[in-house]
Amino acid sequence: MSEFEAVIGIECHVELKTDAKMFCGCPNTFGGEPNTNVCPVCLGLPGALPVPNARAIEHMLRAGLAFDAEIPAFSKFDRKNYFYPDMPKDYQISQYDMPLTQGGAVRYWLADGTLKVCRLTRIHLEEDTGKSTHAGSSDGRIAGSTFSLIDFNRAGVPLMECVSEPELHGADEAVAYLEALRRTLLALGVSDVKMEEGSLRCDANISIRPRGSRELGTKTEIKNMNSFRSVHRAIESEIARQIALIERGERVTQETRGWDEARGVSVSMRSKEEAHDYRYFPDPDLTPLSVAPARVEELRAQMPERPWQQFERYTGEYGLSVTQATQLIDAPALAGYFDRVVAIAGNARAATNFVLGDLSRLANERSVAVAESAVAPEHLAELIALVEAKQINSKIAKELLERMWDGAGSPRAIVEREGLSQTSDPAAVAALVDGVLAAHPAVVAEYRAGKVNVAGFLVGNVMKASRGKADPALVQELVKQRLG
Amino acid sequence: MPTTAWSIPILSSEKIDVRYVAKLASLALSDDEIDRFGAQLADLLTHVDALAELDTSAVPATAQVIESRNVARPDAVAPCLDRETVLAQAPARQGAFFRVPRIIAS
Repeated sequence: MSEFEAVIGIECHVELKTDAKMFCGCPNTFGGEPNTNVCPVCLGLPGALPVPNARAIEHMLRAGLAFDAEIPAFSKFDRKNYFYPDMPKDYQISQYDMPLTQGGAVRYWLADGTLKVCRLTRIHLEEDTGKSTHAGSSDGRIAGSTFSLIDFNRAGVPLMECVSEPELHGADEAVAYLEALRRTLLALGVSDVKMEEGSLRCDANISIRPRGSRELGTKTEIKNMNSFRSVHRAIESEIARQIALIERGERVTQETRGWDEARGVSVSMRSKEEAHDYRYFPDPDLTPLSVAPARVEELRAQMPERPWQQFERYTGEYGLSVTQATQLIDAPALAGYFDRVVAIAGNARAATNFVLGDLSRLANERSVAVAESAVAPEHLAELIALVEAKQINSKIAKELLERMWDGAGSPRAIVEREGLSQTSDPAAVAALVDGVLAAHPAVVAEYRAGKVNVAGFLVGNVMKASRGKADPALVQELVKQRLG
Repeated sequence: MPTTAWSIPILSSEKIDVRYVAKLASLALSDDEIDRFGAQLADLLTHVDALAELDTSAVPATAQVIESRNVARPDAVAPCLDRETVLAQAPARQGAFFRVPRIIAS
């Protein structure tokens, strides 16, 4: 174990899923024709007045409640003033000292199943900027470019900024935190949270300190990470870089560094870090917001099960492995299907094996999602009950499942119609066993001469003679008994 | 000393760094202008100082003088501007984009 401990805080920007933008009626869509989803408000034309989108505000409140944040009774929008060509008003509407939500925490889990908590400083609501493409340089980067092209379609898209406390201690925790954040926002339906489309963007503030120390070291901010994998790589690389600096007797400089995914290194983005002076002030164009406590309670009551609660239910109550639980949680439709099966069948272990095993294999082979297949949860629960009651064995169950996938309907009906019930009547099975032993005297002799593994051959033949319906355990027992 | 959410102290006794304020506003001011505007800004703040004579201890801090709250609109799409109309106002364009001079990292 290293003698240093990493301290990481994560800042996320999440585009909210709404039909229209934050302060105007332009469509909030990804990838439209450049500069077509724009109007006087999001272009910042003189005299245009913003009016906030009620759904975006509701998304914020629901996100806040999902992370157990406090919803203050009063909040407001402020102007953050700076110049940048992708921001047409020369200020961004944001929230400074009175955001819609305060505090809260993200509960996440690690690969070994440990549940952890990272507190949130705040979540506030703002508007996204336009998109600039740097041109005139060979590699499309800002350095060396001679001009930039601006598309304002994204300007004014509702943007949630979620700031964590510096409570993550390594790349694994940081990525697990991000995954939990992403899952929760997906479950709430407040964002698509797609890093590849930029609806989730994150920066990491990283510092190191001697293990056991309470003081924070000098931090650097890492930007430009465009996948969870690159977040992991960038954080590991930055921790190693800072440790190497300290061990060489040098110091960490407070700076912003850009992650270069292709080269696997971060590069300093600014030679001199200037303190920004954004001169925040309350936006006079927008009225303050006051959320009625009754509304907060109403939204709290509608809160769906949160991913960490689902994780506790799956791993605790149902006894699933961390991998199985995570696999289900990350496939909400499949998890919903699974939950319905468990609710009816009451056998979580069998449901897990069927849903994540045979059914998922069939889904893969046939390219149809389990939840959209012809296998109704009620029918799968019926199949589980048939196996549990030993009315059919697992081999018949697998065959039935394939037929159910192809639309055969209720497995109980098939079993009854086709007489597939497992034969567990000892007399009937004994008759089959005797028949097989009589047909293979040489094999019986071999067994009696000490070659006990030929028993498998005999058991197989009895199963075949029963057309797969005999109770395999009973067959084994009777074969051994007769040979012994 | 009472300050608002923005960073300029509201008492005129504070010295105003006009050069800094001009820089934040991207204004190039001559030395003469800095003196002239500095004096005007100081006058303005002196005027605001009159507020300090009132006892406002019982008045809740407010960011707005209007009483209304929660003005919002439903999440509904409205027509946008025509792109040619939009780009006709651009100082420079290239194809479907606004073209701007090289962005220098601040």
